[in-house]
Amino acid sequence: MADHILDIRNLKIEATVHPPDGDSFDVTIVDGISLTLGKGRVLGLIGESGAGKSTIGLSAMGYGRGGVRITGGEVFLNGRDILKGGVKRLRRLRGREVSYVAQSAAAAFNPAHRLMDQVVEATLRHGVADRREAEQRAIGFFRKLGLPDPENFGRRFPHQVSGGQLQRAMTAMALCSEPDLIVFDEPTTALDVTTQIDVLAAIKDAIADTGVAALYITHDLAVVAQVSDEIMVLRHGKMVEHGETRQIIEAPREDYTKALVSVRSIEHEEKAPSTRPILAVERVTAAYGGTVKVLQDVSVEIHPGQTLAVVGESGSGKSTLARVVTGLLPPMEGKITFDGRSLTPKLKDRSKDDLRELQMIYQMADVAMNPRQTVRTIIGRPLEFYFGMRGAEREKRVKELLDEIEMGTGFIDRYPAELSGGQKQRVCIARALAAKPKLIICDEVTSALDPLVAEGILKLLLRLQKEEQVAYLFITHDLATVKAIADSIAVMYRGNVVRYGPKSKVLTPPFDDYTDLLLSSVPEMHVGWLEQAIRHRRMESAGN
Amino acid sequence: MKRPRIPPSALVGLIITGVYFLAAIFAGWIAPYGFADVVGDVWAPSSAQFLLGTDSIGRDLLSRMIYGGQTTIAIATAATVLSFATGSILGFLAAVVGGWVDQLLSRFVDLMMSIPILIFALVILSVMPVTIVTLIIVMGLLDSTRVFRLARGVAVDITVMDYVEAARLRGEGRLWIIFREVLPNALSPLVSEMGMRFIFQVLLLSTLSFLGLGVQPPLSDWGGIVKENKDGIVYGVTAALYPAIAIATLAISVNLVADWVLTRTTSLKGGRGG
Amino acid sequence: MHHPVVKLIAQRVALGIVLLLAISVLIFAGTQILPGDVAQAILGQQATPTALANLRAQMGLGEPAYIRYFHWLFAFIHGDLGKSLANGQDIASEIGERLKNTLFLAAVSAAIITPLSIVLGLVAALYENRWPDKLISAVTLATISLPEFLLGYILIFFFAVEYPIAPSVSTVFDSMSFLDKLHAIILPVAVLVLVSVGHTMRMTRAAILNVMESAYIETAELKGIRPFRVILMHAFPNAISPVVNVLMVDLAYLVVGVVVTEVVFVYPGMGQYLVDHVAKRDVPVVQAVGLIFAAVYIALNMVADIVSILSNPRLRHPK
Repeated sequence: MADHILDIRNLKIEATVHPPDGDSFDVTIVDGISLTLGKGRVLGLIGESGAGKSTIGLSAMGYGRGGVRITGGEVFLNGRDILKGGVKRLRRLRGREVSYVAQSAAAAFNPAHRLMDQVVEATLRHGVADRREAEQRAIGFFRKLGLPDPENFGRRFPHQVSGGQLQRAMTAMALCSEPDLIVFDEPTTALDVTTQIDVLAAIKDAIADTGVAALYITHDLAVVAQVSDEIMVLRHGKMVEHGETRQIIEAPREDYTKALVSVRSIEHEEKAPSTRPILAVERVTAAYGGTVKVLQDVSVEIHPGQTLAVVGESGSGKSTLARVVTGLLPPMEGKITFDGRSLTPKLKDRSKDDLRELQMIYQMADVAMNPRQTVRTIIGRPLEFYFGMRGAEREKRVKELLDEIEMGTGFIDRYPAELSGGQKQRVCIARALAAKPKLIICDEVTSALDPLVAEGILKLLLRLQKEEQVAYLFITHDLATVKAIADSIAVMYRGNVVRYGPKSKVLTPPFDDYTDLLLSSVPEMHVGWLEQAIRHRRMESAGN
Repeated sequence: MKRPRIPPSALVGLIITGVYFLAAIFAGWIAPYGFADVVGDVWAPSSAQFLLGTDSIGRDLLSRMIYGGQTTIAIATAATVLSFATGSILGFLAAVVGGWVDQLLSRFVDLMMSIPILIFALVILSVMPVTIVTLIIVMGLLDSTRVFRLARGVAVDITVMDYVEAARLRGEGRLWIIFREVLPNALSPLVSEMGMRFIFQVLLLSTLSFLGLGVQPPLSDWGGIVKENKDGIVYGVTAALYPAIAIATLAISVNLVADWVLTRTTSLKGGRGG
Repeated sequence: MHHPVVKLIAQRVALGIVLLLAISVLIFAGTQILPGDVAQAILGQQATPTALANLRAQMGLGEPAYIRYFHWLFAFIHGDLGKSLANGQDIASEIGERLKNTLFLAAVSAAIITPLSIVLGLVAALYENRWPDKLISAVTLATISLPEFLLGYILIFFFAVEYPIAPSVSTVFDSMSFLDKLHAIILPVAVLVLVSVGHTMRMTRAAILNVMESAYIETAELKGIRPFRVILMHAFPNAISPVVNVLMVDLAYLVVGVVVTEVVFVYPGMGQYLVDHVAKRDVPVVQAVGLIFAAVYIALNMVADIVSILSNPRLRHPK
């Protein structure tokens, strides 16, 4: 037992929910979790949102966010039960024996102070080293974590450095006071895929170098497989499965784990293009405010009943492409042809049919639906607006559409706030379908959803495509989704299309530099991928 | 869905506000004497005959207070309605139409808001004949600037939501977007603010009347009653303090209701359904 | 120096000047350009034709409006504020003494309101939703539900008549000692403090709560930093800007508050001057005093914005 840095026994955590109209009630967030963590070992906590993983991570520091209460169990850190020591004891061990790396480093740093002051603050407070020594250690970590100009990096303010650099600075801050345990709370979730791989490698190296134990919290199984020795799968506050990483990834025992591991393995046969495209974007250039060009000379086509996946990271212009096609942002140059006719650049000039046949589904279903409208109104309005349907006829059709999206007709009177994330997105899909469109633009429609829920949505979209022969312009940053759903792919970088063609061609080497970078940065679900990817990157940059 | 329960504080607020408004509407029926009738000695103490005593020229104070309440509430309500109608419509228009319309209106409102309302009101009333209609117009228009800011802010927050863009992409006209998409979601914060503006108008009107620039005799509102009776204070006559109680209770009650309406917003906005 | 902060501040000052000019136009227009005849409106229905003619000549109503405006503005900038219609006195010299008195009243009030609203707001925020917070909120709700003049008379009744510890009329003149002057203005200051603190304490509370809920405060707690240092080093630097903003708003409230308070307590200041002459429809006085009040208000808002700019680290240290 003395070997275990962290020993959690039967942890129970609850919270009280206070709805504005009604009685408050208790929910159990963590239900009887037990785990042990040895010195220098990394345990990955994985689960979907609401599984309780962050809550467990914070409890290792005796902390509860937002009024949660620890109602049962013990948490032993270095052999002492920290739940029974009182607040002063907790303050002595926080930042000293156990440190925390938050999900959003941008918000976690104080905008009013320089980075170095914040990085060494805990070290100084706990008397681990004096100022000069602490700064030297910090600079050492900056260097090891690959930050530019390590000697002077600390003099900058948080808003002067990038997100990836801040995440690394936060890691340096956690390491600086020589803790025994670090809790990493989704440290790379907010980063672009190409930045993520560098930060992941940096974290893994730092853990190995310092021999610190770590709890690595994430919802991405492929990521956690790269850094952890063991994995614990969580669901609704309970443990589903626990084992060595290799065993979990290669031979999962529980059904839920199996589902998580095999996610996005949907098979999709590529279709051959037809004679006439349903949408043709020709040499489109667009800019906001007429100065900074967001799209440069973009040309793509989508064929009826097929999916074009547009892939890129933030700033690539993929969402802007959607705005140009829908007419919200008229292009400076180029033209767009839809079903053989020319689309006017501005939304307000378009005919009702143009508008009807081109529909859009959004990333955040929460804000894509009017919270004061029922499902009946949300799905029914397009029917009324485009086809003049009213009364019983409209009601019947809404129910048919609810069937299509695999939701019962009982949902017709519900408000969006009463639906789950997946259900909300389904209603948005039904709303788009109601117009009988020829093309639907899907703007990151699965990015905000948990992996299993997202898979359900993708399967639904594929089935609907087959039945209704509707084409999709599928915008995403997630390559796994692309592989599952696309017939043709366009890779975008900084407003340009760098690679375009049928799926099989685009995903087969030789690649251009950016596509190579992108493809090699997507974590794959096998142990050792990270090392391969880093090696590959080093070879590429050495070769240039 | 669960039936919403009204917390006790809001309930009290609603009842008291209701009582005041009913008294204002039925003033003629419930006041024991006419508002100009001289019926007793000057500043007589409260008795069974004159529940609140008499005022500086011997009129029944209770009747004066009831009629005064009618005047105060009527004018404040009219000014609030004017301020609200003007401010909200222009605010929504600015938010939904955007562009130069928004710029023009916003800059003009910024300008108008560079002077405090009381000062501006005093300046304007120094040259205009002070009638009830003038008062309502001046009070209402000056206050509409605050409402404009709020309505525009709320509307802008809503118009950036994807569901408004979805309606635009569908081809919905401006009227649909304003009345069916924006307004239902803007109602709660606006109604709550309406309560606050009403209180402000009551306070402003009484202040103007107190300064001699509001309601002119023979009509009187609560501020005017204070003006008529203030000289008695040094003699220990409490007549001038009754309007204080009336205004304070009305203001607090409306405040409680407005707070409750505001908390109702969050319940229907729809958080992340799990 | 091409630092962006300098440019922003210069822009803000320029905006302030433009606003002031625009307000001067509005004030002038508000009192001069009206439907019907200005002289008639001022003197009323019973005025004789001679009186009307005299007033028109005196006000220079023969010339077009914009020329009158420039005359007026030009004179104003040079310190000539015109003559009162009611008593013929030079406005500028009248104002001189009164301005001092009003500033004295405002300064004493501000000196009390500032620390009081910060402390009360801090207490209410730190004990959020517990009894100190609820108590403070309840009391301030009562004080903001009353107009200043009523609060004034309530205080007069209790503290000048029933239990006389302060004068009910606050006359102040130069030869009084500083302490005597303070004693004379106890009640008006009390009124101003009660009304202003009610509003500003709420804003301070909201500003502090907002900062305390930031993620970087959690980070500091998770590093085991002691609460005092968390507040001093992490919360405070980020709270300065919103709190200063609140204080400027509070001073701006005072600008309005003094007007009524001076009338209630018959205090020889700018507010009483304005009200007296509005009732007499003394247009030159109303224009002059109105413009001065507006200028102070605009200046306070400008300072608030400038402090906001200066305390934003993103602007002080650009990328």
